[in-house]
Amino acid sequence: MAEKVLMKGNEAIAEAAIKAGCMHYFGYPITPQTEIAAYMAKRMPKIGGTFLQAESEVAAINMVYGVAGAGFRVMTSSSSPGVSLKQEGISYIAGADLPALIVNVQRGGPGLGGIQPSQSDYFQATKGGGHGDYRLIVLAPASVQEMADLTVRAFDLSDKYRVPAMLLADGTLGQMMEPVEIPEPDVTPVEKPWAVNGTKGQRQHNIVNSLYLKPDQLEKTNFERFERYKQIEENEVMVESFMMEDAEYCIVAFGIAARISKNAVIAARKKGIKVGLIRPITLWPFPTDTIARAAEQVRGFLSVELSMGQMIEDVKLASSCKKPVLLCNRAGGMIPSPEEVLAKLDELIQL
Amino acid sequence: MIVFEKPKALTDAPLHYCPGCTHGIIHRLVAEAIDELGIIGKTVGVAPVGCSVMAYDYFACDMVEAAHGRAPAVATGLKRCMPENIIFTYQGDGDLASIGMAETVHAATRNENITIIFVNNAIYGMTGGQMAPTSLPGQVTQTSPYGRDVTTAGYPIRVSEMLSTLEGPEYIERVAVNNVKNVRAAKKAILKAFRNQVEGKGFSLIEVVSTCPTNWGMTPSKALEWVETNMIPYYPLGVYKDKTAIAENEGKEG
Repeated sequence: MAEKVLMKGNEAIAEAAIKAGCMHYFGYPITPQTEIAAYMAKRMPKIGGTFLQAESEVAAINMVYGVAGAGFRVMTSSSSPGVSLKQEGISYIAGADLPALIVNVQRGGPGLGGIQPSQSDYFQATKGGGHGDYRLIVLAPASVQEMADLTVRAFDLSDKYRVPAMLLADGTLGQMMEPVEIPEPDVTPVEKPWAVNGTKGQRQHNIVNSLYLKPDQLEKTNFERFERYKQIEENEVMVESFMMEDAEYCIVAFGIAARISKNAVIAARKKGIKVGLIRPITLWPFPTDTIARAAEQVRGFLSVELSMGQMIEDVKLASSCKKPVLLCNRAGGMIPSPEEVLAKLDELIQL
Repeated sequence: MIVFEKPKALTDAPLHYCPGCTHGIIHRLVAEAIDELGIIGKTVGVAPVGCSVMAYDYFACDMVEAAHGRAPAVATGLKRCMPENIIFTYQGDGDLASIGMAETVHAATRNENITIIFVNNAIYGMTGGQMAPTSLPGQVTQTSPYGRDVTTAGYPIRVSEMLSTLEGPEYIERVAVNNVKNVRAAKKAILKAFRNQVEGKGFSLIEVVSTCPTNWGMTPSKALEWVETNMIPYYPLGVYKDKTAIAENEGKEG
């Protein structure tokens, strides 16, 4: 077993990515994720990998597109405004069925917003973000350990399904330090017969492309891709349920909001309130079945978010609005306290 | 004895280009260079958005279709992870000099060891003839119906001159394909641009002054004349940067 080291969340992502066999990183500085670039700038030259500070987020994601097309593990990282700039490239990566990892250490928005933590890119991450019909596999860590573990998981899932993956963290998780055991995963390279790495005179040319001028062909690629999305929804949901066995009320929260909510659950239980927590770890695929089952059990849901309320729409959909769903939120870089969560929980109980 | 045949680096797919368009010639020159250097098995090309968007069907090497203007960034990614492979982009003026200017300049200043074929025909062809960053002063296009007015639309960009002010790039030359003599010179330049990459010399960009009879509203032969009378005076042909030649000359003088 590897020893635990004290690391920032951002650094844990970077080291775990290297351990997962990612030898190529392209990025552009933006707070609060710049430690990832700084870490890569130090490490990559020592191990024969690529660190390149691109001229823009737009260029960085297109460099990622090139490396992904060649069949290598590759990543970029940014924070909210920068991830908006990457959307064009992400859509192309999705449209060309390439695996890649995009890290978003979110900050408050819209616009230039602020530099404090936020979860207000939930819609952008889980509903598309760029143009066209596509999905990203979206993983939401809630600790520095998960920043590392889910980075490895993201690479694996992305390779397995040829779907780009996003690690959706926030400024708190990126900046905070916790003991972490950096994973040592098996990195046997996945076969990528579609990669553009030179025909070597031994096969027809490969083409990495998302252009289909004939609508019936474009439709076919969309349907084929959505078959893969269906498999992901069936097989890859990750969710943590905490004190849900006898729960009468259910908090739904992810990332740093879930950690705050866990404290609120423990405090509420001490007061005799039967409340539990469902923490989606994959935001897409969303743990719809878990929420649907909970809707049969609990009297109401509380969605705790660092946004004006985005995931709450998925909670309402998944629960078919069978029970009331309230929102406990702070926005713009503010973080709700466990007390604020408890106060909102009281409101739910009073309904 | 075969004295003339289609280069192996071209597929059998019929080209979609308009009659009289010089893309076909330039495709052929690129393919000949790839054949002559024997690099087809390790070459990866990057197609742009524009008239040559479907170049991925025409070149027989591995190909990537890039987003509009992003080909140099995509090529950078490909080259960084496969330094032994030969990476080229094939881009038009809107792609390279307008929406992709940042990617172009920064690939050049990093001296990325890639080859860029920059086809300048002073117009957006694929979208039906709009003003390009290289459209000439007074040139009538769909979006400059009264002629390009430099007081509101600015001046056409001389890409080769501009990039040659950078320390980074190895080799920049402007050529044309409007007559046999110029086509032969263009071939030589394109071959050199690929050979530079094989030899690890760095960023090479060949600007090819080209035609668009359809959107210029001219016959193919009139378009070739217009290159001579209007394009080349604004875009003079020649070598704008050649680091190796400069170094060799300095060696001789020293």
